[in-house]
Amino acid sequence: MENLIALLVAAPLLGAVVLLCGGRRLDAVGHWIGTLLSSASFVIGVVLFTDLLGKNAEHRTLMQHLWTWVPVEGFQADVTFRLDQLSMTFVLLITGVGSLIHLYSVGYMEHDERRRRFFGYLNLFLAAMLILVLADNYLLLYVGWEGVGLASYLLIGFWQHKPSAATAAKKAFLVNRVGDMGLSIAIMLMFTTFGTFAFGPVLSHVGDASEGKLTGIALMLLLAACGKSAQVPLQSWLGDAMEGPTPVSALIHAATMVTAGVYLIVRSGAIFNAAPDAQLVVTVVGAVTLLFGAIVGCAKDDIKKALAGSTMSQIGYMVLAAGLGPIGYVFAIMHLVTHGFFKAGLFLGAGSVMHGMNDEVDMRKYGGLRKYMPVTFITFGLGYLAIIGFPGLSGFFSKDKIIEAAFAKGGTEGWILGGAALLGAAITAFYMTRVMLMTFFGEKRWQPDENGHEPHPHESPRTMTIPMIVLAFGSVFAGGIFGIGDRFLHWLEPVTGHEEGNSPVSALTVTLATMVVLVIGVAIAWAQYGRRPVPAVAPRGSLLTRAARRDLLQDDFNHVVLVRGGEHLTRSLVYVDHTLVDGVVNGTAASMGGLSGRLRKLQNGYARSYAVSMFGGAAILVAATLLMRAV
Amino acid sequence: MSATAVHSLWTTAAGADPISKIPTPKIEYGQLSPTLIILGAALIGVLVEAFVPRKSRYYAQVFVSVVALCAAFAAVVALAADGYGTTKAHIAAMGAIAVDGPSLFLQGVILLSGLVGLFTFAERRLDPEAHGNRVDSFAAQGASVPGSDSEKAAVKAGFTTTEVFPLLLFAVSGMLVFPSANDLLTLFVALEVFSLPLYLLCALARRKRLLSQEAAVKYFLLGAFASAFTLFGIALLYGYAGSMSYATIAQVVDGSITNINPALADTMGNDALLLIGGAMIVMGLLFKVGAVPFHMWTPDVYQGAPTPVTGFMAAATKVAAFGALLRLLYVVLPGLRWDWRPVMWGVAIITMLGGAIVAITQTDIKRLLAYSSIAHAGFILAGVIATTRDGVSSVLFYLGAYSFVTIGAFAVVTLVRDAGGEATHLSKWAGLGRRSPLVAAVFAVFLLSFAGIPLTAGFAGKFAVFKAAAAGGAAPLVVVGVLSSAIAAFFYIRVIVLMFFSEPRPDGPTVAVPSPLTMATIGVAVAATLVLGVAPQYFLDLANQAGVFVR
Repeated sequence: MENLIALLVAAPLLGAVVLLCGGRRLDAVGHWIGTLLSSASFVIGVVLFTDLLGKNAEHRTLMQHLWTWVPVEGFQADVTFRLDQLSMTFVLLITGVGSLIHLYSVGYMEHDERRRRFFGYLNLFLAAMLILVLADNYLLLYVGWEGVGLASYLLIGFWQHKPSAATAAKKAFLVNRVGDMGLSIAIMLMFTTFGTFAFGPVLSHVGDASEGKLTGIALMLLLAACGKSAQVPLQSWLGDAMEGPTPVSALIHAATMVTAGVYLIVRSGAIFNAAPDAQLVVTVVGAVTLLFGAIVGCAKDDIKKALAGSTMSQIGYMVLAAGLGPIGYVFAIMHLVTHGFFKAGLFLGAGSVMHGMNDEVDMRKYGGLRKYMPVTFITFGLGYLAIIGFPGLSGFFSKDKIIEAAFAKGGTEGWILGGAALLGAAITAFYMTRVMLMTFFGEKRWQPDENGHEPHPHESPRTMTIPMIVLAFGSVFAGGIFGIGDRFLHWLEPVTGHEEGNSPVSALTVTLATMVVLVIGVAIAWAQYGRRPVPAVAPRGSLLTRAARRDLLQDDFNHVVLVRGGEHLTRSLVYVDHTLVDGVVNGTAASMGGLSGRLRKLQNGYARSYAVSMFGGAAILVAATLLMRAV
Repeated sequence: MSATAVHSLWTTAAGADPISKIPTPKIEYGQLSPTLIILGAALIGVLVEAFVPRKSRYYAQVFVSVVALCAAFAAVVALAADGYGTTKAHIAAMGAIAVDGPSLFLQGVILLSGLVGLFTFAERRLDPEAHGNRVDSFAAQGASVPGSDSEKAAVKAGFTTTEVFPLLLFAVSGMLVFPSANDLLTLFVALEVFSLPLYLLCALARRKRLLSQEAAVKYFLLGAFASAFTLFGIALLYGYAGSMSYATIAQVVDGSITNINPALADTMGNDALLLIGGAMIVMGLLFKVGAVPFHMWTPDVYQGAPTPVTGFMAAATKVAAFGALLRLLYVVLPGLRWDWRPVMWGVAIITMLGGAIVAITQTDIKRLLAYSSIAHAGFILAGVIATTRDGVSSVLFYLGAYSFVTIGAFAVVTLVRDAGGEATHLSKWAGLGRRSPLVAAVFAVFLLSFAGIPLTAGFAGKFAVFKAAAAGGAAPLVVVGVLSSAIAAFFYIRVIVLMFFSEPRPDGPTVAVPSPLTMATIGVAVAATLVLGVAPQYFLDLANQAGVFVR
């Protein structure tokens, strides 16, 4: 069975190679090749899953060793895949949601002449993401980590003719470099501390290392997670990443890649458990981000950016849960999966709306769309109910557990974190209701554009609605399937471990409180956007609204602190470089060049001087050999 | 040794043993089959030239050569699978040929290089058609004077030099014997068998014929000069040991010989003969691998020879010559290693540094690659010096990796053309990445591999030889090696920068669309470069298994 694991990766990788190297002759069928191979990977995933289910919990780890990259004493770089409950969960999410989004893209990208290349990139993404979650060591994980970064870069900038898309891709790439640097430093630290970077030996020998070192490793891993998962302070790229085609936003920047940071933290749980200071930082990052994203999401009029704020906020929940240690690991992953369903569904719904509205993204120019696109309305609505945590739907089970876990942390921290999580739930209800009302309810607000084309909203083709319907099913039922009877907990516990914690308040109280803030959030949104018409031009708004529209000034902050500071630093470094380093380097280079030029003159083209040189060489060779004997 | 002594020896031997008692030589045809297949095919190629009509000769020659190379490779694989590389390794053909791991490994590499090299020989779509005939990289008629009427007539008649295919096969047969030769005479014969066809091939360029002929003459003169040294060294060693056989010489060197040839009793054991003779043979081999200071033919010949020949020669000659050098140093002269190691240290250091430094100021891509090959010879010498089993296997691996990258790189050079044929001046390559991203990207892969960047074959190879050298006690050599790699990286990366970050010139070259033949060559080379870089383990293991010489 374990020999199938490599096929999971091989199928989409083959797709990427075929589609990217295949050239124009594949234009007609490329999208189906991509979809087929991604589905093949999903089918293999399901086969492996049923196999795992048939085994006892302790035998549910399959390993496949492919080859050793660099075999040196003391430095073993293996290409080995590990399939356990945690990676299995991700495999199903990635290939399942991935295949649906491939199918959706067939319709969505129909009129794009570079559709084959798009599918090639999507397949490349799937392969890299699967390497990331299947890797058995941090080095191979890093390969996947960089691979998804590359795919994300290529796909955000897919419409590279738009300067905004090209800039957004560059921004995502640069911000991610900061995180990637963290991961590489963490791996190096791990190597110097443990002498290896395979999961098994590292995580089981955590006790041998000092807490200071572990805190360092954990903080570097957190930095990596912040970059990939758009957590404060490396959150700024995610909003701009919405410049990519909507299926990309759904797959990469909502359901899968951005959750890689959560995976990294949960996978490295043993390290974080032994570094409580780092865990505290993780929870703070999570709590801050969940509020940050939610506030940004309230102010955006661009439907995709509002959803991006929401993604950031929901991942904040997951990071918060992951920072809680064994109390929260399982729920972080559970929320990750349910979020994968409903957020992908919401994005696909947003894409469907844009598809029918001539790619308009401003929600102030929507309104009343429920009559025009019933399927989109219903599926989006179910996703909406799921994300706000409507009782019985997916988000209810997973988010409620995280809020409970935050309180269960105990002490003042528990109250603060739990309070933040509750507040986040209220804001989530507000901004999602706002999106829902502005898009599907009220009066139609769209106008003919400057060319006189009035949008004719219509339902999207079957290839797009089917994935939305499937994801809506997931949004409705996944939480119940996972949550009732603690099925997900029992499944994942052998890998991540679990503790109950000691909550100062009962679970029922938390649930009730969540319901109350939910109702409050929805009610405020209704009062603001449902009862009275939405102005087609955004009002000036309060100071907070204006700040939130500018992503809470994140770019201004980055500009002032990092860009300006960086410029100053660069200038002074350039000065040192010019005067000191260049002197040495150019001096060396010039002397090499000069030497090269002089030596070159020996090569004068005359066979006779070549022969003399050979003769001299031979004489020296013989003389030196004799001399060696003499001394 | 007096003349009478020799004479009496000869006469008494004949007198004591009547003719009838001369034993029939025992030849293991099966184990020699790779060489025999190639030689046979080369002879068939000569017959094809004589009897097949001109129109169909090309196809017949390509067919014969491909079949022969594939069959010979299959024979090598069969022998290796049969255990001749490990447990059944032994000395065949009355002591002339060693059939062992290094032999079979290197023969496999040479045959594969020959095969992919042959594809570039057979390429006929790059040059524009001349008078309605497809032409390859070779002169229409080698004997016609460049620029003469007879040349024009030959071109007009659509002649092509299909003799290159048998010449290639003859060269390959010599190269197959060279690393497996187990006595000095066989070594010398093999050396000449593979050198002579190469001299001829170098002279046969279709474009820039004068440059090509000049290269061939230089190569021939200097090659003959080096052969003379080798031959003289062989004579001295025979004088020292009284035998041509590697095993016997090794026994004399370490003093374990039992029966002493009476005729040579007065000279045997004279260490001066041994040291001078050994050094001279080594010098001949260093000439073939292009080590400094015997390297000066390399840039001129690489530049002047037709590029397919350059690619083949750069790869296969190096493989064969390093194979012979390894066997000589590890089988014949291990007892002398305290004498030759310091000398080889020096050669390796000046080769690495010399190649890398002079390459910096080159402006012609073929000369650049020539100097790069010199630097690589230095890196391989570092592995040779290790004198351990790891040293052998790392050199074997390096040679395999290097030969594919080299052939691939020269194959790309044949694609970039302007009105005068191949555009080899570096300034013409500016902005190539914008015009033909795929070709430039492929070339960049080869350059990165030459530079030894991880995930390419070059990294794995360099890592292996440096590791072996460091473990073999040559750590300072590794430091020099890494430094010269850094110098070398400069000019490789410079070409990449030139291709991708410079504006294309308006009069820049075009990239010809090759036939599937050259595409296959380049494809195989890229695949080998990446596979050996990403997953070298299997091939390292293979080289490691093949790393023991039979004595």
